[in-house]
Amino acid sequence: MSQNIIDFSQLDKLAKEFKTVKVLNEDGKIINKDWEPDLSDDQLKELFHQMVWSRTLDERSTKLNRQGRLGFYAPTAGEEASQIASNFALDKADFLLPAYRDVPQLVRHGLPLYKAFLWSRGHVDGNKYPADLAALPPQIIIGAQYVQAAGVALGIKLKDQRQVAYTYTGDGGTSQGDFYEGINFAGAFKAPAIFIVQNNGFAISVPRNKQTAAPTLAQKAVAAGIPGVQVDGMDALAVYKVTKEARDYAVAGNGPVLIETLTYRYGPHTLSGDDPKRYRTKETDDLWHQRDPLVRMRKYLTAKGLWTQAEEDSWIEETRNEINEAINKVENMPKQKISEYLQNTFVDSPVEIQQEIERYTAKEAD
Amino acid sequence: MTKTTLIKAITAAMDEELARDEKVLVFGEDVGKNGGVFRATDGLQKTHGAQRVFDTPLAESGIIGLSTGLALKGFRPVPEIQFFGFVYEAMDEIAGQLARIRFRLGGTRKMPITIRAPFGGGVHTPELHADSLEGLIAQVPGLRVVIPSNPYDAKGLLISAIRSDDPVFFLEHMKLYRSIKAEVPDEAYTIPLDQAAIAREGQDVSLISYGAMVQECLKASDELAKAGISAEVVDLRTISPLDEKTILASVEKTSRAIVVQEAPKQAGIGAQVAALIAEKGILYLNAPIGRITAPNTPYPFSEAESDWLPNKNDIIAKAKEIMAY
Repeated sequence: MSQNIIDFSQLDKLAKEFKTVKVLNEDGKIINKDWEPDLSDDQLKELFHQMVWSRTLDERSTKLNRQGRLGFYAPTAGEEASQIASNFALDKADFLLPAYRDVPQLVRHGLPLYKAFLWSRGHVDGNKYPADLAALPPQIIIGAQYVQAAGVALGIKLKDQRQVAYTYTGDGGTSQGDFYEGINFAGAFKAPAIFIVQNNGFAISVPRNKQTAAPTLAQKAVAAGIPGVQVDGMDALAVYKVTKEARDYAVAGNGPVLIETLTYRYGPHTLSGDDPKRYRTKETDDLWHQRDPLVRMRKYLTAKGLWTQAEEDSWIEETRNEINEAINKVENMPKQKISEYLQNTFVDSPVEIQQEIERYTAKEAD
Repeated sequence: MTKTTLIKAITAAMDEELARDEKVLVFGEDVGKNGGVFRATDGLQKTHGAQRVFDTPLAESGIIGLSTGLALKGFRPVPEIQFFGFVYEAMDEIAGQLARIRFRLGGTRKMPITIRAPFGGGVHTPELHADSLEGLIAQVPGLRVVIPSNPYDAKGLLISAIRSDDPVFFLEHMKLYRSIKAEVPDEAYTIPLDQAAIAREGQDVSLISYGAMVQECLKASDELAKAGISAEVVDLRTISPLDEKTILASVEKTSRAIVVQEAPKQAGIGAQVAALIAEKGILYLNAPIGRITAPNTPYPFSEAESDWLPNKNDIIAKAKEIMAY
C-alpha cells in the first residue's frame, strides 16, 4: 500500500520550535536565569522609567484627546514591554519605521514630544524631523513600512554601517503582501532589519485566529529563510533580550530577524469611535491585566531594592510636566499655510505649482 | 554622435549616470546578469558591479518600497518595473508612499527616484504588458511622468530624470525600442523636464501627443502635407505636469487642436490637454478640439491590437474633418 509522503504533522513539529520566550513571570520572578539580560541596575531602572513614562503618556494623551486638545490617537497602555523594551535594545543610529501606535518608541528615539502631538493634531510640523533623527513618521497603511524597512536596511548594508532598520506592525499586518515582500527582500539581500510584529490579539476587531491558520506569526519567518522568535510581549526583560540578540545578529551581517511579541492593548484600537466591548470580553481583558508589564517589572525591581513609590511618583510628575509643556507649545503653533504645502510637494516645483504658490501666498497675505 | 536605437540610448543614459554618481543604483527583476528582458540594462552590472546593478526578488511593491528605503539612506535609485501593466501591484508604494514622502515630511527629505517601465501596444504581448496606464500615474501629486518619443530625447530626458531630486516615472514605449534610429551624442546631455517640443512646425492644426503616437502624428503630418494641410506636431515629452506654454502657443498659432493618445479615452492625458485648451485657449479655436484615443476597454487580445490602437489614418481623418469645420 502506498505510504503518505506529506508529513501532516509538520505544523505541530514546527510549533515546538516557536515556544514563547519568557524571562520574567507575572510575580516578577526570573524564570529563565540563563536569559536574564546583562543590564546594570541603572539600565534596569531606566527601562522601567521609560515604561512608566509611556503609561503616563497614554493616560494623559487619552484625556487630552477627550478634551479635544489632541487629534488622532491609538492607545498604547498594555504594550509598554513590547514597545519600550524593544526600542530600548536599539541604537540612536538605527532607523525606525513605526506604525501609528508606535509613538512612544519614536519619542524615545529622539522625536520631540511636541512634534508627536502636532502629528496627532494634523500639523505638518509634526513630521518635520531633525536631520539626525533616523526615523520616518508613523505609517498609516498597514505593512507599507515593511518593504521600506528592507530598503533602508539594504542602504545600511551598502554603506557598510553597523546599524539596523527596525519596523513595527501588528498581527493584522502580517496578512499584508508588503509584510511578506519586506521580510523576503531583506532576507534575500541579507540586509540588517528587525521586523517586530506586536501581536495584541486583534486587528481592530478581528481576532488573531481569523487572521491566519499559522499557529504563530513568528514562524512566518521560516518561509522567508530568516530567524523568527515569539516572545512574551508583557515581559520587558524577554523583549529586550531577544531584540538585543537580533540586533547583534543583524549588524554582524547575518541578515534580518522577525520578532513576534504577544501583547495586549487595554484600550480601544483608536479613540475615533472604536468600542472593544463589541469584540472582547471582560474576562480576556482581566486576564491580560494580570500580566501587566509594569506590575511585574515593579515587583522585580522591588526585590532588587531598585524601586520606591516616591521615585515612581516623581517620574510621573515629571512626565506630566513634560506633557503639559508640549501641549501648551503646540496650541500656540502658527497656522499651516497651503503655500507651504505646495512648496513641499517637489524640490523643483513645476511652473503650475509655482503659480499656485503665488496665488496662495497672496490669499494668505490678506 | 552615433545613430542608435531608443533602447541603446536608455542604456547609455544609465551607464553614464552610474559612472558619474556613485549614489545611483539600478535594480529590478532580471536587470542584473540578464541585462533586463529588453536588454535595457545590458552590460551595466559587468561595468558597475553587482552592488550597484542588481536583481531583486519578483515583487513590484517590494521593488518600490526598496527604492524608498534606499533614497532615505541617501541613494539615487533607478528601479525598473518590468512591464508597466504590473504597476498595480505597486500602487500603494508609488502613489500612497514614495510620491507623498517629501510632502508629508514637510519638505525635509527628498526622493530622487526614477522608476522606469516599458509599456505600449503593437508588439504582441500577453495580457497586462502593453497597457497605457500613464493617466493613473499622472494623477498622483508629487510625481513627474516622462515619455520620450525618440532616441535623442530618451537619453537626455532619462539623464535629467535620474539627476532630478524629485521622483520621476519614466515610461518607455516598447514599439519604439528598436523601430527607429536617430543620431545620439556619445556624451551625457540633458533635456529639461516639464518641457514639450515642437516635433514638426506647421500652420493649420496642432497634433498634440506623446510617446509612440508622436511617430503616428509625424506620419500623418507627411500625408496631410500632400493634401495641403500643414500640421504642427507637439511632443509633450513630460505628460505630468503639462507644458502649458508650448501647448497654448501652438494652438494660438494654428487655431485647431487634435489630442492623440494610445490610452483609452476616459480621464486620460488627452482630456487634460483638451481641458487646458478649453480653460486657457478656447478663443484661439476655429473648430472643436479633436480627440484620438483607444476605446474605453482593457487592452485587447494581441491579434486585435492593430484594430484597437489609434493610427495615422485616424489622425488624418480627424484633421480633415476639423479643417472642414
